This record gives sequence, C-alpha cells and structure tokens, in this order.
Amino acid sequence: GFLKRVQTGDKGVRPLSLAGHVGFDSLPDQLVNKSICQGFCFNILCIGETGIGKSTLMDTLFNTNFENFESSHFEPQVKLRAQTYDLQESNVRLRLTVVNTVGFGDQMNKQESYQPVVDYIDRQFESYLQEELKIKRSLHNYHDSRVHACLYFISPSGHSLKSLDLVTMKKLDSKVNIIPVIAKADTISKSELHKFKIKIMSELVSNGVQIYQFPLDDETVAKVNTTMNGHLPFAVVGSTEEVSVGNKMVKARQYPWGVVQVENENHCDFVKLREMLICVNMEDLREQTHTRHYELYRRCKLEEMGFKDTGPESKPVSLQQTYEAKRQEFLVELQKREDEMRQMFVQRVKEKESELKEAERELQSRFEQLKRLHADEKAALEEKKRLLDEDQSSFSKRRAAAQLLQAQSLTANGKKDKDRKK
Amino acid sequence: MILPLTDISKQDTRTLCLQMSFIQGTDLFGYVGIEAVLDQMRSKTMKAGFEFNIMVVGQSGLGKSTLVNTLFKSKVSRKSCTPNYEEKISKTVKLHTVSHVIEEKGVKMKLTVIDTPGFGDQINNENCWEPILKYVNEQYEKYLREELHVNRKRRIPDSRVHCCIYFLPATGHRLRPIDVEFLKRLGKIVSIVPIIAKADTLTIEERQEFKERIRQDLAANGIHVYPQKEYDEDPEERILNDRIRESIPFAVVGTDKEHQVNGNKVLGRKTKWGIIEVENVAHCEFANLRDLLIRSHLQDLKDVTHNIHYETYRVRRLNESNMDFSELGLSTWLLENGTADKWESESHL
Repeated sequence: GFLKRVQTGDKGVRPLSLAGHVGFDSLPDQLVNKSICQGFCFNILCIGETGIGKSTLMDTLFNTNFENFESSHFEPQVKLRAQTYDLQESNVRLRLTVVNTVGFGDQMNKQESYQPVVDYIDRQFESYLQEELKIKRSLHNYHDSRVHACLYFISPSGHSLKSLDLVTMKKLDSKVNIIPVIAKADTISKSELHKFKIKIMSELVSNGVQIYQFPLDDETVAKVNTTMNGHLPFAVVGSTEEVSVGNKMVKARQYPWGVVQVENENHCDFVKLREMLICVNMEDLREQTHTRHYELYRRCKLEEMGFKDTGPESKPVSLQQTYEAKRQEFLVELQKREDEMRQMFVQRVKEKESELKEAERELQSRFEQLKRLHADEKAALEEKKRLLDEDQSSFSKRRAAAQLLQAQSLTANGKKDKDRKK
Repeated sequence: MILPLTDISKQDTRTLCLQMSFIQGTDLFGYVGIEAVLDQMRSKTMKAGFEFNIMVVGQSGLGKSTLVNTLFKSKVSRKSCTPNYEEKISKTVKLHTVSHVIEEKGVKMKLTVIDTPGFGDQINNENCWEPILKYVNEQYEKYLREELHVNRKRRIPDSRVHCCIYFLPATGHRLRPIDVEFLKRLGKIVSIVPIIAKADTLTIEERQEFKERIRQDLAANGIHVYPQKEYDEDPEERILNDRIRESIPFAVVGTDKEHQVNGNKVLGRKTKWGIIEVENVAHCEFANLRDLLIRSHLQDLKDVTHNIHYETYRVRRLNESNMDFSELGLSTWLLENGTADKWESESHL
C-alpha cells in the first residue's frame, strides 16, 4: 500500500503518535457501510463447449436456479448470452451478471471462435471508458459490466488441453482474470486427475498463458491462497439435485455405482472454487479487473487514438494540446471524407447524365432510321402506284384502241357483207 | 418476481448479447458466501490506508492549530506547542501544508492539514480568499491531469481538500462581510464546516441565539455548508443530516491540556471559575464536531468531494477546453474499424 512509500521517506510526512482515541478506526466501517448501501457488482464469463455444464455450475455456485436454456449444437457462430440477477445474502446486495458462450466449440472451423468473446470483453471496457471520458459522467452510479472473472471449462479428456483452449486462453489472458476449471470431473479417476492437472498447468506455462493467481500480498489470505494456487485447475462437479447421504440431503449426482457429492472435498474441488471465487477473492478479482486489465485497455485505446503523455522531446504534453491536434486531424479527415463523398456523388451524377444522353441519342437515331424507312417504303409504294396507274392507263388505252378496232372491223365486215349481197 | 426478458435494442445487432434478463430478489437456497466480500473490502482498504485533507480557515488567534491538535489528539500543528510562540502576521495569505501518518487499531491515515495564516488579518482584506480558492482549484486540477494521463498511477494521489473548517469568532452577533464573502465563494467548490471558535466566551443562551442568526444569514445568502441538503441520498441520511444541520455551526473549545475532574483525566481549559471540559457535550460541542468529521462522516466528506465538487470542476474544465471526447470519436473509431460495410452502403446511390 501507499503507506509503505510514505514511511520510507516521503518528504514532509512523519508518523505521529496519538494521545488518545480519535475515532477514525471506524473508517473501514464507514466505507463498507456506503458500499452496502450501493450494492456490489460481479460479472462472470463462462467459456466452454455446449453441454459441458456451465449453467449447472453457476446454479450450484450461487445456490439458485437461474433461467437456463438448452442450447443447440448447430449454432453457425459463437454467441454470448448475458443474464443479470439481483441476489441478496443478509445485508449484502449483489448484482450478478452471468455471461455464457453459446455454441462454443461446435463449429467445424473454430478459427474465429475466440473473437466474439474478445469482442464482448472489449465492448464492456469500451463502455466504461466512454462513461469515464464523458463530460457529465456518473461513475459511481454506473452499472459496471466489465468481466471480473472468466471460468474456462476444460473438457475432462484426461489427456491435455485442446488447441482451441490454448488459443482462446492466450487471447484472453491480458484482458480478463482466467480461472480454468476441469468440468464434469466425476468422469476422471483421482490418479488420472492428478496427472491431468499437472499436464494442463505445464501446457499453460509453456504456452505463456497467464491465468489468475490468487493474491499472496495480504497476510490474512496469503496462506490459503498459496495452497489453492497449488490445486489449480479446480476439478468441479455441479448439481442442484439433492440426494440423501447418511441422514442429510446433499447436492450430489447419483449413479448406480455411487453418489458424487458436490460439496465433499474428497470428491471434487467445488468447495475450493466457491471459497476462492466468492468468499476470499471476489474483491481482488474486481480490483484486478479495474486496475490492471481495464487500465491496459484504456492505455492501448488512447495510444491508438494518438494520445500520449509526453511529446517528441519527452516533454509532457498537455491533454488539451493533444486533444486539439487530434480534433484537427479528425476534422480534416471528416472534411476529406465529405469531399470524397461529394466528388463521388458528382461523378455518379455525371455518369448518369451521360448515360441518359446516350440513351436519348440512340432513341433519336432510331427515330430517324424509322422515319427514313418509312419514307423509303412510302416512296416505293408510290412508285408501285405510279406503275400501276401507268399500267392501268395503258391498259385503258389499249382497250379503248381494241374496242375501236373491233367497232371498226364490225362496221367494215358489215359493209363487206352488204357488198357481197349485192 | 420474474420480470419479462428485455432485448437490448441499444446494442448493435451484430453483437453477441442475445438478451438480458432481470430477476429481482432471487432467494438463495443456501449459503453462498457473498457477504464475505465485506471483509475482503475491509482488509483491502485497511492495507491501502486512507488519505484525508483538512483545511482550517480563520483569523489568527482563533485557535485553529489547537483545534486540529485536539481533534486528532496529537501534535499535528507545532504552533500551539512551542512556548512563547509569536504569531507573525504575514502580509498575504500563505497556505501552509503539513502531513502526518497516524494509525489507530490498524487503520492507517495520511492526514494533511492546510493552514491559512494571514486570512482576515490585514487591514484591507479584499480578495483574501483568492489564494485559498486558487489552492483548492489547483488540487482539483492536479487530480484531473493525473486522471487524464494515458499511463496513470494505480492510485492517484489525492491532495484535494475534503473539508474546510471555517472559524467564526464568537462575536455573538451575525456573520461579518468577510465571512459571507468567503462562505459564498468557497461553499460552491468545497465542503465547508463552519464553527464558532473559542465558544467559551458565550453563555448557552447567547450561543443559541448566535447560531440561529448565523443560520439565518447563511440561508439569506444562499450559502450551503456541509452537509448539503441536496446531496442526501436517502431518507435515513436526510434525517441524520437534518439533525446536524439544525445544530451547526458547532460551538467549540479546543485544548490539549488535561486536568483532573472527579477523579478522571479530562481534556479541558482551566479557569478561575471552573474547568471547561472540551469533550463534555454540556459544555461545548467539540465532541459533536469530532464525531461528525471523523467518526461518522469522514468517508462521506471524501465522497462528496470526489463525486460532486471534483466532478463539477471537471465538467467546467472540460467545457472550457472544449474537450469532448465523444466528439473525437471513440464511437467513430468503432465505426471505422468495426463496420466498414456501413460506409460502403452509404455510397450506393
């Protein structure tokens, strides 16, 4: 804590002894009472294959029945489902959000499976960051949706981690506190489990995956946390059904060959998980999320946007200068985009116009063509008519001539006849 | 009671949250261990320690240093402890900061006392509040800068003034112009607790009348002192704070000397006509002040400073600098990098 710094020579700060009871020893209580009034937030993300027991474990952990849906194995893409509940134990109110992956590990191609999870986590950080950077903000009323703990469910194969597991955990280890658990641990024998745990931990180490370590800096919990760190990953069994064992009803899974008791530490590590996750380290998980993971996200995000604390000659840059510079850049960019859009628009209009003109021209030429065709036909027809007329008139002439001849020949014949008769 | 499932229509449909359901007051069927979080929080805050910054303002000779020493039962301020100390009247108001680490039952606190010698001591006291105003705002500025850093400290050092004790001389009349000016201006940016200093010069009736007139003057001038009515968060708090508001300003007497009274050692001022027991509520209201400041409202003083006064300062500063990050584009960044196709579709005419 900061007091250590103070005592080793922060100038001007001396320790002072009190001559009597002042009363500020009530400070932690004052703080705690305020928190009780406000309530606590805790958000757990469960990643695991469909059917591995995520919902059952959550029900068992929180001793309640959350709404559960059986998911299909045919989701085309990994999705996340978030559900928020208000729980209360004595005077502590907890707003618990449980986020489950849907369809994780079901696809043929799992290359992008981790992406929706990363996106979800980042989105919650983003949301908080936006609130923090608002001018009028309301941080102490803000519903913190950042993921405080990520339970990664490992299939109880007994052999080793799957490559999907390693890839996913590697992508998440700098963003969230990862607590790996071995699911459905009642399918593994004790000796196999021991070997399995060792294998998993060594694979995590050799792949550089940073999982959440239970904190050792507080003497009150250092001892129990050290022991627990040695039991990772926890092998859990979940069940909300009760079976009578001896003269008690206990949460258990009943098989023909025996009863696996959830809260029996010889049977599985469920109690250890509950101890660590809730009773001992909930506050630390929340603190790490805020002071480590969120700060990292914030730092990266601001740096991406071009903000930095020191300028080119390592002189401290005021945020206002950086902001102004960024703003100028942004406005220039905006202007450029606007110009581009306008240009594109103008271009399109031109194109359309020329298209239309072209079409008009075509239409016009067709019209001309048709007109000519029509004129030609008309001329042809007229020609025909003229010929026909000529024909007709020549025929008429010939007929007239023929008639005349006939008439003439008749009269000539008549004369001849008269002549003969004489 | 189960409320119906609600869609998050705010969120982008391309995302991944399908639904948010809300179940209120779910009963737990058995032990979970959630209440252990209180102990976790307690042990973490104890380990980290607390900071508290208190400013004392008033003319010289009103007993500021003595009061602070009495409040914290230690020689926080050396002034009153050196014999034959002669107060040098400084020409201007010069703020003087001293920090100590005190510990009680495992709870460590870094206490910083900001003294304001010279306030109200000049012949011409116009604008004597300005150095104080400047100091208070400077601390807010310091905190704001650190908060806006890209690389920030895990715990931002807090030098903001959590509480300002304003010493009213026990004239018995009303607020003086200098009081009104100071309280009006500083009351807007810091939590002020006014007290009647050296109250052993007033009888109980005089004290009551004086207090009543002061309260009237405060109301008439629109001055809001701590605890401010508008920040009461729930009815319980309102009741508690109303009681406090009815008895401010506290009439206090300070001392670090102990005397024997009825076989007990008590803190008191010995006079020819009796011993004024500082911690006796029948004699003066020191104990009320101490309980308010330290035993019940210390955390609240810090919270009001952080959630209200600091935020007000921050809003003003960011508006002044025209810094609106949402304008800059956290959201446009998302637009650029998340939805390139949105841009595409806009350009199809």
